Amino acid sequence: MEKVEVVVVGAGLAGLATAYVLAEAGVEALVVERGDYPGSKNVTGGRLYLEPVRPYLPDLWDAAPFERRVVKERLTMMAPQASITVELNSNNFRKEPAYSFTVLRATFDQWLAEKVGEKGAMVVPGYKVDDLLTENGRVIGIRSSDAEIQANVVVAADGILSFIAEKAGLRQRHDPHNFAIGVKEVIELPEEKIQDRFGLQEGQGAAQLFFGSITDGMMGGGFLYTNRKSLSLGLVIGIHDLMVKQPTVQPHDLMEAFKARPEIQALIAGGNPVEYSAHTIPEGGLRGIPKLVADGIVVVGDAAGLALNQAVTVRGMDMALVSGVLAARAILHAREKNDFSAATLAHYEQALRESFILKDITTFQHMSEILSNPRLFNEYPQIACDLFEQILWIGASPKEKMSSTALHMVRQKFLNPAVLGDLWGMRKV
Amino acid sequence: MNIEAKLGLDVFQVDSEQPHIRINHEICQTRCTIRYCLHVCPANLYTLNEEGKVLVNYEGCLECGTCFIACRDDALTWHYPRAGYGVQHRFG
Repeated sequence: MEKVEVVVVGAGLAGLATAYVLAEAGVEALVVERGDYPGSKNVTGGRLYLEPVRPYLPDLWDAAPFERRVVKERLTMMAPQASITVELNSNNFRKEPAYSFTVLRATFDQWLAEKVGEKGAMVVPGYKVDDLLTENGRVIGIRSSDAEIQANVVVAADGILSFIAEKAGLRQRHDPHNFAIGVKEVIELPEEKIQDRFGLQEGQGAAQLFFGSITDGMMGGGFLYTNRKSLSLGLVIGIHDLMVKQPTVQPHDLMEAFKARPEIQALIAGGNPVEYSAHTIPEGGLRGIPKLVADGIVVVGDAAGLALNQAVTVRGMDMALVSGVLAARAILHAREKNDFSAATLAHYEQALRESFILKDITTFQHMSEILSNPRLFNEYPQIACDLFEQILWIGASPKEKMSSTALHMVRQKFLNPAVLGDLWGMRKV
Repeated sequence: MNIEAKLGLDVFQVDSEQPHIRINHEICQTRCTIRYCLHVCPANLYTLNEEGKVLVNYEGCLECGTCFIACRDDALTWHYPRAGYGVQHRFG
């Protein structure tokens, strides 16, 4: 039987980062990937926040195939017939080194896999792991349909559903409250058109998040990222909310309604859709994080539930990369001691706790309660749009003072227990 | 754009020998009354036939796992497709 020091299941960002750090330290690492090439099964919204990653992986990014550098952030609140967009432009977005980029995973993951290969790790696509090899309760390797490979450590980097972590007894059956479904279309547009429509220069990009009536009262929202020659447009919906919604709605129909909005039509007009994808997203915060280590195994990235929806920002790829680095460091420590037990690999868990990853997920642990409030998606965007429209509208009749308009709105819509309760709840985030 | 047109944009390698999603019809028909699968799937792969039996067109599966998460009666056997099969993202 073949034996390697470490086998990584999944060539996504977490698995590749783990292998990169291990290979750099001279460890024999093998990455197996079920897709025909790294990235072929992966989906992002997406944008990568690079700033949190740089302290852990400083030298990797100069030649990376990023799509565009994000220099413009937009947040849009949507009522059925109106919307309000806030746009942040800041010189800080244009400073070196760049803080965030849009990416497409098929390109990006293949490039990262090449970098991992250059460091000396093996990346083998077209290899699906069916089971774990165990001995006296400890993980000692992996099994595919036609081969077994032994390893000191198995890294479960097999993505959000992580059947590997489940087989190792580290996670329970998936709870719909802890997951959202994201659907996305990649829509091709000429570079100049993208730049003109979003007010960008060459290489610059915009990131836009949407929330409100587009999810029909369900937890979730929309996203739009500018790639070099395409837009990534999509919608995210909490799976539990989607299950119990009455009357029922289907994700692709909501997506079509979102695309039909005049605000979106103006941005995608003349574009050519080239791919439709869907992917589940961790939304459970601390609650959704499984046990992270056992004897001979660690869990990283989406498989470990490491992502954070802060409503105004959504992230996961930065956490995936850094969790991979931290897992690799813990494996290096275990290797020095020649002890791959859960107790030694628990250094990984400790490092996650001391890093921004578990600190941020802990700080925003009540976010999902706030995001499960239907008023956030239906009533509040409507109130905000009404208020702005009343102030900005010049009609035939004389206008009242702006302060009176605002005061009426507050009296009418805000002075009730439900809204005051929601405001009080906001202190938790 | 309807769902068939959306799926028509994607590249699939269909495994006609080993479907990666199987429905346990006994559980599905006796225990489950809600049939979340019929509306949560982003590829709209689940349909109800005239006899009230749920069918799945696994060929157009985007491999997201939403149906598997939503099926609370465990009527689905759900694996990733074998190596070499399933959806192939060219953009992702």
